[in-house]
Amino acid sequence: MLEQQRDYVLRSVEERGVRLIRLWFTDILGTLKSLAISPAELDNALSDGMTFDGSSIDGFSRVQEADVLAVPDPDTFELLPWGDPNAPEARVFCDIHNLDGTPFEGDPRQVLRRHVRDAHEAGFTFYVAPDIEFFYFEPLVAGQPPVPIDTGGFFDLTTQDVTGELRKQTIRTLETMGIPVEYSFHEDAPGQQEIDLRHTDALTMADSVMTFRLAVREVAARAGVHATFMPKPLEGVQGSGMHVHVSLFHGDDNAFYDDADGYNLSAEAKSFMAGLLRHAPEITAVTNQTINSYKRLVPGFEAPVHVSWARNNRSGLIRVPIPKRGNPTATRIEYRSGDPACNPYLAFSLILAAGMRGVREGYELPDEADANLFEIGDDVLAKLGIGQLPQSLAEALATMESSTLVQEALGEHIFEWFLRNKRTEWRAYKTHVTSFEHDRYLRTL
Amino acid sequence: MSGGARMLVVAPDPATPELARTLDLAGYAWKAVDGAAGAGDHEPEDGWAGAIVDATTDADTAWALLRSLRKHPDRRIPTLVLIGGGQLLELEHRDDLFDDFCLAPFHPTELEARLRHLLTAEVEVHSADLVEYGDLVLNLETYQASVDGRPLDLTYMEYELLKFLAQNPGKVFTREILLSRVWGYEYYGGARTVDVHIRRLRAKLGEERAGLIQTVRSVGYRFGQSRWE
Repeated sequence: MLEQQRDYVLRSVEERGVRLIRLWFTDILGTLKSLAISPAELDNALSDGMTFDGSSIDGFSRVQEADVLAVPDPDTFELLPWGDPNAPEARVFCDIHNLDGTPFEGDPRQVLRRHVRDAHEAGFTFYVAPDIEFFYFEPLVAGQPPVPIDTGGFFDLTTQDVTGELRKQTIRTLETMGIPVEYSFHEDAPGQQEIDLRHTDALTMADSVMTFRLAVREVAARAGVHATFMPKPLEGVQGSGMHVHVSLFHGDDNAFYDDADGYNLSAEAKSFMAGLLRHAPEITAVTNQTINSYKRLVPGFEAPVHVSWARNNRSGLIRVPIPKRGNPTATRIEYRSGDPACNPYLAFSLILAAGMRGVREGYELPDEADANLFEIGDDVLAKLGIGQLPQSLAEALATMESSTLVQEALGEHIFEWFLRNKRTEWRAYKTHVTSFEHDRYLRTL
Repeated sequence: MSGGARMLVVAPDPATPELARTLDLAGYAWKAVDGAAGAGDHEPEDGWAGAIVDATTDADTAWALLRSLRKHPDRRIPTLVLIGGGQLLELEHRDDLFDDFCLAPFHPTELEARLRHLLTAEVEVHSADLVEYGDLVLNLETYQASVDGRPLDLTYMEYELLKFLAQNPGKVFTREILLSRVWGYEYYGGARTVDVHIRRLRAKLGEERAGLIQTVRSVGYRFGQSRWE
């Protein structure tokens, strides 16, 4: 199969006159990296991989063990729909290997591969569908606050529908790259958009999220618009989340579905949810990895603050959407805390690891919390056993550091580096004197 | 008789005495192997002249071998499958895995006649390398797909899926059949993989042609219309 896939890729490059092949991979923080090679190098790259200096990538190898291999995954070969049609370019996602051929422990894609394989060995396939929110802004001016390109709200069809046109072009671009879109609409805040991707297996979806972020920015940039996945770019309006719809399949059957249950949820679904709830605070540093992420996780903006679940309560951390016509294959859960600035490979890995821990150890699901949790005092919630997500990156990092689940799931290399890198970010933030402080204290103190 | 010493591959190993005798008497050079790995390991320099696969004892292994023979990178190996009368239903949806079949127990003269026909017909096989349906064209030689003259950029699996469907217009395939025929059994992911790839294909075919691949509720998928409708 692999041999035929390689042939297919080589042949396509020749037939389509591809001039440049971009080897894509992702660093620990979820930044897309690219090595460009010429078609002449491709055959070699497909069979042996391309050596590059890993120490030049943040969080990859230490200097003394610098060289790593980027090995293209031929099934991810796609022509890039933007750029010069007379000199087409293509991309292919890579797995990073050590020179001896073993998976490189600093490669997030290999981490997710391992989790998908483990789940598969337990008989499960993990499906993911993210709803991704983002903002369109006027071109940025240094030192000025960002200006949304419209003043629309939820589902608005604005007259001078620039955003609608941008969304349409984005969707067309995504679809030509094999990323089907389920819904798209104008979100609640000015300039805010949401695009919901159709479910697929977790590894393909993580690749798709990487492609998605680039495609959204590319299409916007060509129209002179700045697109951003920053979790909370504007104060006082909703931030951008990445709600992750998750289901587990056992062969062709949805392992989350049970028609005998009042919620139509199977025992596996419940213990998976219980696992996610119990370990949610530990995985939050990864699903919400910026200082800014925690300004989204506040009451009143449809983002979760408390560790709870419910069927139709958008203040909860996990929502169980009611499937159309009780369709068993559509039964799924929605994990709502993550934001689109995360590393999707690591975020999906941890969601799967936390959920599977619950399944393996038969965790008990707490009761549904169907009240609006934002209106209930923390003391009452504490009595109900409903805790909070970490309130800041520092708190999230401390919780993560004490988690053996996260340590095992990410592997020592990524776990250590991530904590070190994010602690440095937190220290830089702590020393920064903000305009909030000037406004509040400068005159009165 | 057999056109020099080109070798036939026979599976499984050992061949039944009836089969061995028939081949020997007809003057064929042949080698018995077990499974796809064996067929690959023992393949002579000039390739297998043809394959006779006995599916009466272990059908799964037999179909897997036939499938791997069909994926031979360099040549199309003519194949004949031996099946029991109770296995006729297994032929359904597997038309492209074999060129001919013979019911076992077989009559030696019939098998001989079929082999002769199979191995001489082989000469003319390499002809139409295009699969066409309306303005959709798949060039099997260059792996390129196009609609209305415009190239369609597909991944390998999308291409294989579209090729399989377009070669069998009007037929309804279940997800399981598509999975085993396009991906092969070794692939993990379950039948949902098929749904996901169908959605991607539809997305790439574009809105006007998304209807080319129809969902047949609670059964599977169908590509276009049968040529006989």
